[in-house]
Amino acid sequence: MQASAVEIQKVNKYYGPFHALKDVDLSIPPGRVTCLIGPSGSGKSTLLRCMNFLEEYDSGEIRIDGKLIGYDAPGRRMAGRALREMRRSIGMVFQQFNLWPHMTARENVAEGLIRVRGLPKADASARAAEALAKVGLADKMENHPARLSGGQQQRVAIARAIAMEPRLMLFDEPTSALDPELVGEVLSVMKTLASEGMTMVVVTHEMGFAAHVADRVAFMERGELVAADTPDRILHQPQDPRIQSFLRTYHERNSF
Amino acid sequence: MDILHQYGPALLRGFGYTVLCWALGTVFAMALGLLIALLRHYGPRWLGWIIQVYIEVIRGTPFLVQLFVLYYGGPLIGLRLDALPAGLLGLTIYGSPYFAEIFRAGFRAVPLGQLEAARAIGMAEPAIVRRILLPLSMVSALPALINFSIILTKETVILSIITVPELMYEVSRMSAETFRFVEANLVLALFFWGLVEAISRLGRRFESRVTKHLIERT
Repeated sequence: MQASAVEIQKVNKYYGPFHALKDVDLSIPPGRVTCLIGPSGSGKSTLLRCMNFLEEYDSGEIRIDGKLIGYDAPGRRMAGRALREMRRSIGMVFQQFNLWPHMTARENVAEGLIRVRGLPKADASARAAEALAKVGLADKMENHPARLSGGQQQRVAIARAIAMEPRLMLFDEPTSALDPELVGEVLSVMKTLASEGMTMVVVTHEMGFAAHVADRVAFMERGELVAADTPDRILHQPQDPRIQSFLRTYHERNSF
Repeated sequence: MDILHQYGPALLRGFGYTVLCWALGTVFAMALGLLIALLRHYGPRWLGWIIQVYIEVIRGTPFLVQLFVLYYGGPLIGLRLDALPAGLLGLTIYGSPYFAEIFRAGFRAVPLGQLEAARAIGMAEPAIVRRILLPLSMVSALPALINFSIILTKETVILSIITVPELMYEVSRMSAETFRFVEANLVLALFFWGLVEAISRLGRRFESRVTKHLIERT
């Protein structure tokens, strides 16, 4: 078997007395799409944010391509430079897009190439244009985020991440802040990315996307990783009563 | 009219000093204020406490008193400054805590997500400050920065006490020599009004340029 892109072992995270992640184990296979699903507050976003150490985990290990992230050794924080080095190859897409409003779409994408990869401005700008064309926004490059729809903003955010040529992409509820009619354009960009063999971890409430695009689905509840398996076995033949009850609620809410 | 002829050049020179003291004092105070705000934002906790004490002391005492302490008390600890440098240093110190608080409020108004996005792609903190934190904090901080800069124009009159030859100093001299208090102070008021008007116009133009792209489409 191929080595995992992300190997999570016995990870625990506390917010004061609140136990947010409980002994979580999960391996993310390379070149595949893994969806994290579960009720709100189950810890899936927290787990995702631990994978690039935006959120610090308190114990356990998270290895990206075999390398421990956030710590040099258990309990000893990694130097800022080393952490930044690791983050360069991990793209992240946020629920709220988090584009920089004072920059155009193109400047948003070029910023990391200039400041982090050290590319000359002209090269960065050309690469930014390529990345934006890839997400279907070649004609919106000079727009500021305030002049883009939510779906367009999220596609710019994806372009910003992929322009850095990451080995791993993390998506934190990428469509949850979008009007329903704009969800499709973002999901289709993600599908394209998946078909190119990008390793993706997606926290989502889009069960359709999980069912059709994911290679693996992991279900979390109350900080525990309940099960991780094929989409079919999690979404269509769930064994665990917690998954069954979650899906029942989901279907009830989405039926009319 | 004779009197204007006689004192005009001195008044103009005084006004020049006023503008110079205001401009340099504001720039230095803003720079020190920014440094203080950044140190408090990124520095260790003990440094934050020291900064807090500094802010409270400077904000809690009159500028006039600070200037006396600096100019007449300074030599006691070996700090011997001419009137103009002492005045500029005084303005810098006096203005810095207010500017620091304005910057602090501006930093807090920047959505955390936009900083996280920069950290997530591996940007280093100094670049994040320069490229993301500062420009975005201007949206909320700029009006307050301009406002306090305007307040500082009028604080420059206090420099006359330590014999900086700015406008107030010249106006006082003119009043004392001619007893034309009303005319002299009217000139003073007009000069300041003109200065403030110019600054606020410039400020508004700058503000609309900086925030142009930040207004959400409605």
